[in-house]
Amino acid sequence: MIEMHDIWKTYADGTHALRGVSVRIDRNEFVYVVGPSGAGKSTFMKLIYREEVPTKGQLSVNGFNIGKLKPRKIPYVRRNIGVIFQDFRLLPKLTIYENVAFAMEVIEAPRRVIKKRTMEVLDLVGLRHKHNSLPSQLSGGEQQRVSIARAIVNNPSVIVADEPTGNLDPETSAGIMNLLEEINFRGSTIIMATHNKEIVNSMRKRVIAIENGLIVRDEARGEYGYEI
Amino acid sequence: MKFSTLLRHLREGSRNIIRNGWMSFASMSSIFISLFILGVFVLLAMNVNSMADQIESRVQIRVFLQTDVEQAKVTELQNKIGNLEEVSKVIIVSKEEGLNILRNSMGVENGDWLEGFNNENNPLPISYTVEVYDPQSIGTVASKIDGINKADETNPINQIKYGQGTIEMMFKVTNTVRNIGFVIVVGLGVTAMLLISNTIKMTIIARRREIGIMKLVGATNAFIRWPFFIEGALIGFVSSVLTTAAVLASYAQIIKVTKLDLSLMLFNLIPLQEAGTTTAMLIMGIGTLIGIWGSTISVRKYLKV
Repeated sequence: MIEMHDIWKTYADGTHALRGVSVRIDRNEFVYVVGPSGAGKSTFMKLIYREEVPTKGQLSVNGFNIGKLKPRKIPYVRRNIGVIFQDFRLLPKLTIYENVAFAMEVIEAPRRVIKKRTMEVLDLVGLRHKHNSLPSQLSGGEQQRVSIARAIVNNPSVIVADEPTGNLDPETSAGIMNLLEEINFRGSTIIMATHNKEIVNSMRKRVIAIENGLIVRDEARGEYGYEI
Repeated sequence: MKFSTLLRHLREGSRNIIRNGWMSFASMSSIFISLFILGVFVLLAMNVNSMADQIESRVQIRVFLQTDVEQAKVTELQNKIGNLEEVSKVIIVSKEEGLNILRNSMGVENGDWLEGFNNENNPLPISYTVEVYDPQSIGTVASKIDGINKADETNPINQIKYGQGTIEMMFKVTNTVRNIGFVIVVGLGVTAMLLISNTIKMTIIARRREIGIMKLVGATNAFIRWPFFIEGALIGFVSSVLTTAAVLASYAQIIKVTKLDLSLMLFNLIPLQEAGTTTAMLIMGIGTLIGIWGSTISVRKYLKV
């Protein structure tokens, strides 16, 4: 599903964000990516949805060779990957419904299908009744649930979540995690970067720890492993 | 592209104008003001041009013959002058017509000066009125007529009049006025384009984030560009229609006022219909193009992100 082989990423200013990372993530896995700030977690995530290109090494996602991908093809890779951010990144002037439906309009789905499926995922995240609200009228947890709905609406095989609970209180975070687990249960691979010790330690999954641009630990049912 | 997608782009493009209310308003105002000033100057330039044309078209040469020239000679000379390539028309003004013209030009009060003259003792010579195709060639034609006179040993022509000196001066003035008008219109056109494209750019910079999110969910560049393109075209078109309406309404008002108060004005303003078509097409063309151009350029810049 996702295969990295000796991946290096050096930014224009000379920083080595990743220094030879090799890893394989299979279909339907749930993976935490942990490590100190600036260790290379975000770069690791960005490479997967082709926000960044590896400087060196082989990277394949869903069968696409990311390093050699033509710019024209990028949108099609991204349609199979749902991305969730700490800051939600919703379109502020669109309603909740429109924000989620947008991801389906992009793939030119028929309107009827868009309507049915959008309401379905809004149901799943528990926000059907707020489909006409604007993002600014929702709480942080609700906005994150909208961004999750947007990420899963096209049934992507991979969900990349970069600190999805970073801005949320523990109770709301637990709700978001339940949702992600549910999505994982339905068949999507989930790769989640996090600083949240409680979550990692309570929901035991595979843990990949990155430090100084290298994978220092990769355990099947790991723990967070850092003191905050 | 699917038809339903095209509809979606049209829908989104027009909705975006409402969603970004203030920004749309800013773009539209800037387009309106720039194009309004441009429109005013286009109308002004057109009218100045038409005035210059009207002045120039009044230019003609009066050729006075000696008093004793025979009829055969009169016809021969008319043909010779008429054969000059610059000349469009040669009209013979007979002695009687000459007297009538003189009477009319002297008016009712002074008309009695000519009381005693009739067809028997008419002192006036036969003359020609010579009209030329290009008013600016009038000096050349006059000297050619002079040449015809000198070539004829009887020297049948007494006098050639076309307002020597004054005419040359007038052409200088009308040409300068035309050139200045043209430069101002072109300058304003360029300024308008810069001003408008700048405003549109600002509205799009404000939506950089939006474009980033669209790319993230897998929108192709074309998919992102279309609604912006439609939005830009609509803003450009709607504001230029408003501008055209405002410019032409003002112009109609000016025509109405000048007709009432200045019915004795020397020159006629170009009628609304004639001036309106050119101005409207110019304003709407530029407005729509600028709208499309501004949004296309600016979106392209942020698509690379």
